[in-house]
Amino acid sequence: MTAFFILHGMAPDWAWALATIIGILLIALPLMLGVAMIIYADRKIWAAMALRRGPNVVGPFGLLQSFADGLKVFLQETIIPSAANKGLFLIAPIVTFTVALMAWAVIPFNSGAILANINVGLLYILAISSLGVYGTVMGGWASNSKYPFFSAMRASAQMISYEVSIGFILICVVLWAGTFNLNGIVQAQKDHVWLINGFWANPLLFPIWVMFLISGMAETQRAPFDLTEAESELVAGYQTEYSSMAFALYWLGEYANVLLMCALNATLFFGGYLPPLDWAPLYYVPGVIWLLAKILFFFFVFSWVKATVPRYRYDQLMRLGWKVFLPLSLFFVFAVSGWLMLTRYGA
Amino acid sequence: MSMVPEVSPTTGDELIHNYTINFGPQHPAAHGVLRMVMELDGEIIERIDPHIGLLHRGTEKLIEHKTYLQALPYFDRLDYCSPLGMEYSYVLAIEKLLNLEVPIRGQYLRVLFAELTRICNHMLNLGSHVMDVGAMTPNLWLFEVREDCLNFFERAAGARMHMAWFRPGGVHQDVPLKLLTDIADWLDTRLPRLFEDAMSLVVDNRIFKQRNVDIAHVGKDDAIAWGFSGPMIRAAGIPWDIRKSQPYDVYDRMDFEIPVGTASDCYDRFMVRVEEVRQSARIMKQCLAEMPDGPVASTDRKVVPPGRAEMKASMEALIHHFKLYTEGFHVPAGEVYVATESPKGEFGVYLVSDGTNKPYRCKIRPTAFSHLQAMDFMSKGHMLPDATAILGAIDVVFGECDR
Repeated sequence: MTAFFILHGMAPDWAWALATIIGILLIALPLMLGVAMIIYADRKIWAAMALRRGPNVVGPFGLLQSFADGLKVFLQETIIPSAANKGLFLIAPIVTFTVALMAWAVIPFNSGAILANINVGLLYILAISSLGVYGTVMGGWASNSKYPFFSAMRASAQMISYEVSIGFILICVVLWAGTFNLNGIVQAQKDHVWLINGFWANPLLFPIWVMFLISGMAETQRAPFDLTEAESELVAGYQTEYSSMAFALYWLGEYANVLLMCALNATLFFGGYLPPLDWAPLYYVPGVIWLLAKILFFFFVFSWVKATVPRYRYDQLMRLGWKVFLPLSLFFVFAVSGWLMLTRYGA
Repeated sequence: MSMVPEVSPTTGDELIHNYTINFGPQHPAAHGVLRMVMELDGEIIERIDPHIGLLHRGTEKLIEHKTYLQALPYFDRLDYCSPLGMEYSYVLAIEKLLNLEVPIRGQYLRVLFAELTRICNHMLNLGSHVMDVGAMTPNLWLFEVREDCLNFFERAAGARMHMAWFRPGGVHQDVPLKLLTDIADWLDTRLPRLFEDAMSLVVDNRIFKQRNVDIAHVGKDDAIAWGFSGPMIRAAGIPWDIRKSQPYDVYDRMDFEIPVGTASDCYDRFMVRVEEVRQSARIMKQCLAEMPDGPVASTDRKVVPPGRAEMKASMEALIHHFKLYTEGFHVPAGEVYVATESPKGEFGVYLVSDGTNKPYRCKIRPTAFSHLQAMDFMSKGHMLPDATAILGAIDVVFGECDR
């Protein structure tokens, strides 16, 4: 795109800046729209599983429900508790929201269609997703209220325990793909096993994917790991004192994070924008469509789990993270690297 | 500049206070209006102080100013999740004072609907217990069953929740045959399908087990000492069920088992209720199979009002009707304590009569109160999320606890 603007007589610096801004808008705006629709989808899926109807009043099939909700919270008063730390209280949801958007910069939507094609894409994702917890921690602390404070403590503990194993899980993927670049990882999955595009078909990497899926739920604080906003324990967790747009930003950020996790599942293990099978006719369908379909599939899985399972207790979550996932993922790092040493050494 | 040693908050003169939080009265898991002041060390519960009485409506005092029949609907409003279970103790107490015989069909109908109430109550409790540990869906599936129950109540009594259908001397009015056949159908088809479906999501779920097994263990001696009853004491392994030990109405003709727990934890309490639903269905089937014909209420016109048709023909019936709905009936002086096995446990009514048409005193023995007083003892050492599981397993309704 930069080249296009230069061709039309722009200075290279300006052309680059303009192209980047357009790229950001091209990702962020559809993403926001997607988040609005995915909230609707989440509610519909959940309702269907619970023998309910879900939103069905606003617009055809209730499709406009999220927009109505958005308008409602937009017009509400932002209530700041008098005991709250005003600055942090307001910054916190912005942090969550911004960070949730930032990670999308390195997700490849098609071969070459990537905003920031950096060589450490995966490290960037790790860094950004760890930053996400600050929104929760700050919000919980700045509310100066007891339930949000519990939520903030839980959030930080939860984040640390799952980041570690996610790190090891990602190392396995990186070892196999030989690159940190997400585009490179997707390309490495082409025709991985028996024409299947995706690391998931690899017996050594399949368990890793299962762990990643579960850790992803913990990382995005979805059920059964939604301890930070466990309504039967902590009322609404860190969101308890929030209202109007600040509350909505948390929501948007949360769902953008969930979508990101789904996109990562698709990109790292299911061949991203590649079709499921390495079969020529399938390549006629644009990569974006494949990626979107995979994201939606994973989102359905996330919703399904949310509708089915009870919630872990705080210490059980820690136990799962440290005593199960950490040793397992560490073992798989050894197994994967050992296998690669055996098969690729010297190649 | 001298080095100042860093003072850790755990040493020195600094006093560490436990974290105190208010759990309720507007907490989503407080099951109504319970306020618990919790003292927490981290997330571990050091002490729980349940504050009750936010739903105190002075029911016992109000009853003293109503005739015996007028006081009946107050019982619906005690435990509004199992209204007929509440009415049952009260009408039995009055009948005992009056020495009134209830026709056999009336007794069968009462047992039938008392067990339907038990199913209805357990649907709500099992569902909300699951919801308290974080799963939403089974609750809504169980509400499907509960909806069916409420429809049956509506067809029998005209009201979905506050039936006021059990009356001194029998039940208020007979049920249509179609209702009985529909209930029989429902017991064979919808109930097992919907109920077992929902339970399949929960009972073997690892997370659900992790959240409930070994939570709030209560030994046999403790269970007795704290005055537990109902599923709470049966989960402790004591087969105490008033339907068996002091059968009332036709419970002595019924063939059913008393499910007991082994570990006496929240999971056992849950499973005892699950099994009770199946046993209740069994009792209901027997009731339906054996349902005799005949009057549904005593024909003693000094207590039970005559039918409308009778009033058109008989002057005496008209007078009875007038007297019963203005002055009410007089109950011989005396006192009586009658307890029944309500879905939540032993629900007792201690009735003192001075021979007039109004109770002199009506003391209600709620089930939840004795369970709730053990909240501190049961929760100590567990974590904050466990408190909601424990509370869910108690099955507390504040209409009854606060009276």
